[in-house]
Amino acid sequence: MPKNPNVKRVMVIGSGPIVIGQAAEFDYAGTQACRSLKEEGIEVILVNSNPATIMTDRDIADKVYIEPLTVKVLEQIIEKEQPDSILPTLGGQAGLNLGMELEESGFLAKHNVKLLGTTAATIRNAEGRQEFKDLMERIGEPCAASKVVETVEDGVEFTNTIGYPVVLRPAYTLGGSGGGIAHNQTELEEILENGLRLSRVGQVLVERCIAGWKEIEYEVMRDSAGNCITVCNMENIDPVGVHTGDSIVVAPSQTLSDKEYQMLRTSALKIISELQITGGCNVQFALHPTSFEYCVIEVNPRVSRSSALASKATGYPIAKVAAKIALGYTLDEIKNAITKKTYASFEPALDYCVVKIPRLPFDKFITAKRTLTTQMKATGEVMSICDNFEGALMKAIRSLEQHVDCLRSYDFTKLNADELRERLAVVDDQRIWVIAEALRKGISEEEINEITKIDIWFIDKIAILTEMEHALETEELTPELLKEAKRMEFPDNVIARLSGKKEAEIVKLRYDNDIRAVYKMVDTCAAEFEAHTPYYYSVYGGECEAKRTSGKKKVLVLGSGPIRIGQGIEFDYCSVHATWAFAKAGYETIIINNNPETVSTDFDIADKLYFEPLTIEDVRSIVDIEKPDGAVVQFGGQTAIKLTQGLMEMGVPILGTQAKDVDAAEDRELFDEILEQTKIPRAAGGTVYTAEEAKAVANRLGYPVLVRPSYVLGGQGMQIAISDAEIEEFMAVINRIAQDHPILVDKYLMGKEVEVDAVCDGREILIPGIMEHVERTGVHSGDSISVYPAHTIGKLIKDKITDYTEKLAKALHVKGLINIQFIAIGEDVYVIEVNPRSSRTVPYISKVTGIPIVDLATEVILGKTIRELGYEPGLQPEAKYYAIKMPVFSFEKIRGAEISLGPEMKSTGECLGIAKTFNEALYKAFLGSGVNLPKYRNMIMTVKDADKGEAIEIGRRFEKLGYTIYATRSTAAALNEAGVKARKVNKISQESPTVMDLILGHKIDVVIDTPTQGRDKHRDGFLIRRTSIETGVNVITAMDTARALVSSLENKEQSEKLELVDIAKL
Amino acid sequence: MAAEEEENQMKAFLILEDGTVFAGTHIGAEKEVISEIVFNTSMAGYLEVLTDPSYAGQAVCMTYPLIGNYGVCLDDMESLKPWPDGFIVRELSRRPSNFRCDISLQQFLEEHGIPGIAGIDTRALTKILREKGTMNGMITTKEYANLDEVLPKLKAYVTGKVVEKVTCKEKYVVEGVKELSENGPISGSARFDQEKYFAGDREKRPSLVTKLNGAGKKVALMDFGAKANIVRSLAARGCQVTVYPALTTAEEILKDQPDGIMLSNGPGDPKECTSIIQEIKKLYDTDTPIFAICLGHQLMALATGADTYKLKYGHRGGNHPVKDLATGRVYISSQNHGYVVDTEKLDRSIAIPAFCNVNDGTNEGLAYVGKNVFTVQFHPEACPGPQDSGYLFDRFLEMMDKAKAGEKVDAAALYGKQEASSEKNTKPAVNGEAADMSNMTKNEGEVR
Repeated sequence: MPKNPNVKRVMVIGSGPIVIGQAAEFDYAGTQACRSLKEEGIEVILVNSNPATIMTDRDIADKVYIEPLTVKVLEQIIEKEQPDSILPTLGGQAGLNLGMELEESGFLAKHNVKLLGTTAATIRNAEGRQEFKDLMERIGEPCAASKVVETVEDGVEFTNTIGYPVVLRPAYTLGGSGGGIAHNQTELEEILENGLRLSRVGQVLVERCIAGWKEIEYEVMRDSAGNCITVCNMENIDPVGVHTGDSIVVAPSQTLSDKEYQMLRTSALKIISELQITGGCNVQFALHPTSFEYCVIEVNPRVSRSSALASKATGYPIAKVAAKIALGYTLDEIKNAITKKTYASFEPALDYCVVKIPRLPFDKFITAKRTLTTQMKATGEVMSICDNFEGALMKAIRSLEQHVDCLRSYDFTKLNADELRERLAVVDDQRIWVIAEALRKGISEEEINEITKIDIWFIDKIAILTEMEHALETEELTPELLKEAKRMEFPDNVIARLSGKKEAEIVKLRYDNDIRAVYKMVDTCAAEFEAHTPYYYSVYGGECEAKRTSGKKKVLVLGSGPIRIGQGIEFDYCSVHATWAFAKAGYETIIINNNPETVSTDFDIADKLYFEPLTIEDVRSIVDIEKPDGAVVQFGGQTAIKLTQGLMEMGVPILGTQAKDVDAAEDRELFDEILEQTKIPRAAGGTVYTAEEAKAVANRLGYPVLVRPSYVLGGQGMQIAISDAEIEEFMAVINRIAQDHPILVDKYLMGKEVEVDAVCDGREILIPGIMEHVERTGVHSGDSISVYPAHTIGKLIKDKITDYTEKLAKALHVKGLINIQFIAIGEDVYVIEVNPRSSRTVPYISKVTGIPIVDLATEVILGKTIRELGYEPGLQPEAKYYAIKMPVFSFEKIRGAEISLGPEMKSTGECLGIAKTFNEALYKAFLGSGVNLPKYRNMIMTVKDADKGEAIEIGRRFEKLGYTIYATRSTAAALNEAGVKARKVNKISQESPTVMDLILGHKIDVVIDTPTQGRDKHRDGFLIRRTSIETGVNVITAMDTARALVSSLENKEQSEKLELVDIAKL
Repeated sequence: MAAEEEENQMKAFLILEDGTVFAGTHIGAEKEVISEIVFNTSMAGYLEVLTDPSYAGQAVCMTYPLIGNYGVCLDDMESLKPWPDGFIVRELSRRPSNFRCDISLQQFLEEHGIPGIAGIDTRALTKILREKGTMNGMITTKEYANLDEVLPKLKAYVTGKVVEKVTCKEKYVVEGVKELSENGPISGSARFDQEKYFAGDREKRPSLVTKLNGAGKKVALMDFGAKANIVRSLAARGCQVTVYPALTTAEEILKDQPDGIMLSNGPGDPKECTSIIQEIKKLYDTDTPIFAICLGHQLMALATGADTYKLKYGHRGGNHPVKDLATGRVYISSQNHGYVVDTEKLDRSIAIPAFCNVNDGTNEGLAYVGKNVFTVQFHPEACPGPQDSGYLFDRFLEMMDKAKAGEKVDAAALYGKQEASSEKNTKPAVNGEAADMSNMTKNEGEVR
């Protein structure tokens, strides 16, 4: 069926801010889909509240609204833009839900807007629990049997029909208390009796236990003519029980025979045919490990994280094809972009093995539980490709950038066999390292399988790796042994460590024996057809398919690796834009990256894509073949910066700011010299290595002080210390990982934090705009509400900032981007930190000022001056709009994480509020981040003594908005004394009703809780904050944020209707 | 230890007739073979590939690099033994893992005397076969210093009479199932050992076959190297299947008064099967419904005057899209063939194309004009590969029903309206655009 001619204007809904479970993959999918629509001459109206995305670029869509993703806002946009259709299946669950709400309310019908792709009825059938279950029953596809029971007898009777074991989940108990797994009738009766008593409504859900079964996923596509294909199947190494987003996943499945593979494939196709999906869909199965029994776990009728992974794993562009299908095309009409000869109606054949490992945030949340459950916790992931599983696993491990490079990186050698057995039962992110140690200690593969339920095939692969470690340690390092170790992708430095040699010796031995990485192509067809897509992965041994192309000048763009807190999607935005700018300037572009969720790893962004770990060795192997004319590191965050030295040693010129200048910005002494020369003040401080030195410096400066490691992103490990005891605690945490660089101890200054991103051509600078933070210093810039233009600082300060920026950029010989953070105190400006590279605010400031600074920086790197690019140097005129960047957190996903804001970054994403007035922009920003108030107009305040003064002012304003304020003893006293009416509530330890009961009553809009210093997990405050977050109550931990919130609510009272801003027109 | 194992492994070589030599490690039985080298892109189902008689006279290279992961489940064999002359893999799994695993693949190859090679760059080999076409090669553990002693032998090598090698020696009868419950959980796979598949008394998974619409029907299956799942697919629908050796005469088959005749898949060049073609012409001349797969499809075409040619490197895998020209629907199919019916020379008054390959536009099926005869190039019996086209067995049952009811059936009627557009499909083109023609160099095989 050809394209539907009635579709001309399509509104695409994005997924909003990056949160755990809904991340960069939707920028990738959305961007690909928008480009696919535009290719067809469709006018695209894009809505997404996330400014850090590529999809919200003016060249991706025709109209771009970076507005809060709420039904009301979408309705307004539809009224204004009058699209003929909406595509809701590309924006994750958020986009899908919005599309459904618009449809169900009748708004779409009223405005003659059609839902493209999968129909609303289909979505309801797939998403509604009961509807889905009924449908599966009708077509004979099994779900895990379950029933809600109210008596023990019913429970026993039901269990007899479905078989043991069963999972018991009492309804309405906090944190799943009273539940459990029953393996026999005695256990069942015992747990059920207890569960029924504990449940507030006397109900327990009895469900067939499928934990420990194999988890298998199929990515399927279907068109309107009913043609179906499976793009890829994937096997989770972690059995059912761990969210697939937190599991190590391999593609294609490894332990399924054709019978099992086809049984599940047929089932997946039957399900999407029955659901009448048009587009992409993900079907998850649980497969019993010792029978053909299976259950359908879930169906996602949209593109998903798994579909992004499947796209990158196979080369099949799922989002692009889904968009074409939505327009009416059938699979056999859509060309395979890789072979350019075959069509989209085929199933990719892989001739390699793909491994995905999740990137978990436990390095940021050290108090959080590392246990993995069905609640996803990963912020990102890495993927690797190799022709053997061992190699793919080793490559993925070192791609994580978590100080791990092999199966010895987490040390469990101190545990004896019995302790290891116990540890094996713990399901967390270190499990494969525990398995490796268990194998080293002689625990059998069968026993490990018994405990972990991980398939023996995978355990044996880990055994092969530990055997290789042993061989490297005990045997002579012959070329044959080295070759075999490299085939399994042991990095040179690990081989050196194990064999007691120097890395340089290993490299020499390798090169002398011609043991080098070669590159194979991802071509969707296992070499059956000639492919044209230069998408490569490395293996050791065999023919090299990557050929050095000549003619054009060639630039290497280094990506930013997995998405983690502190290094997010912004850096992918920068890498992609730099790549495009280099291409425009006539360069051949090469991207190296390992993140399957991003736009940069789409095969048609650069001229060549190497899907590889970002380590010096892996980059060197590529450089050996490609011999690039230069590399650019300033766009890929800290990941790329860390490779600078290595690249220079390989003889690859660094384009733009030089390595020594990057060092000068990070090295305390060098930087102090520069400040001395330029006469720019900064907070006093010193560099230290040990806790003793740190305490000495802190006492010299006087508390409070800021403690932080150098060369990190996102303020990792940064803390404000108020005492010697805290210094000791923080230094211990920092030094858990061996530090290559000294630790910085600075006097903590309190003032207004201001930030600039600038482009410097070596002589002059361009500042698109100055941003100021709502929260005062002490809160990490990435977690602060950021306001452009800076409206509370005067011309004098702005001039000083411009002057300092120019001086610093020139002193550091910056060519390209620079990011500087300042503190303004009165009329003084101090510099906090200088980063001679792109930053997380680059996409935001580019979009709201309309100045494409990555493109400009790239041109500058290539030799143009700012004036030649048509800009007057200096601070650019301020926009007529206020644009506010609001951080978004994923605290509810991570049990036990401390949520109060501090110098270490904790947010996972951001959204934008843009409007003519500051307060409206603020309101939009809060709305976009999910704070939609007022609801019940009840709030709780519990603030530390230092904040009581501000609490009174803020409380008064909330009171005016009709809020009832509950407060703990001393806060209540302070408020009441000042004439703000506050009801006193008891502390948790006191008698009921306590503040906790109030939170659990689900009638509280917001909790304002400023924590007292110290990181005591057991304090009331911590419990209050965690409980609030877990029950969906907004929590604010900084007075500045609270003030901003009340201002935004005051604005809302004044005007209901929001003004919409088309970013593409700025 | 890894290194020791490495030393214990014997070296092996794959020598191609163009002089390319791949050095790897020896697997399977220790012997030297010369064979035609082909590649298969299925990611699972290596046992089904090995036991598919159509691979007789060939050595198979699996493009998926990790082979043997789930070992060998003897129940999944598609015939009584493996047929390829040799087996070529990137990596043979050291430890197979699957609940049904009986023996390891290494053991299986050894027991059946099949030599192989592992540890070579199978992707590079596949690219050579793609670029230069299928060619002969030798798998050996001997290191030849002088290739000139080997290459002439390789070039001269021809396989012949493979159908006679693989067909059954005597006719035999397989009874159809009486109850649906006798079917196993997987499409067409009747008579699974239930005990073995279902640990405990768990709920049984539904079989894909939901009706016994073949109950009471007698099907004659000509075995040119039939995969077991053809018989299973028919038996699962209730048909009683009589399997005849390939050289059985038409008279003998017709004497048993079958309700329908099925021509199976099989190995080799269809044009070699001259006597069989004659018998098939006689079957065609009766009014008995006929359904044919793969070699059977090619033989029926030759019997009725059409021509076949050899594809440059064939279709072997589980991901080939075929379009049903009656409905426009595309199905993903299991394929294993090196020859194809030439639709350019097809007499449209005898047969019209029913299916085409979406990738390269080659013929994938024929409907015979005025006859109750329908044939496909791909494998609706799957095993290995997708089960999407299993519905064709039900179509065959309908063909028999209609014949029984005395209806005059014209298989081409379904495709009648497509005649104009199928004309277009005589060229290697789909949707009016040039498809991939790299596989279509004609008569490559005859040059050799």
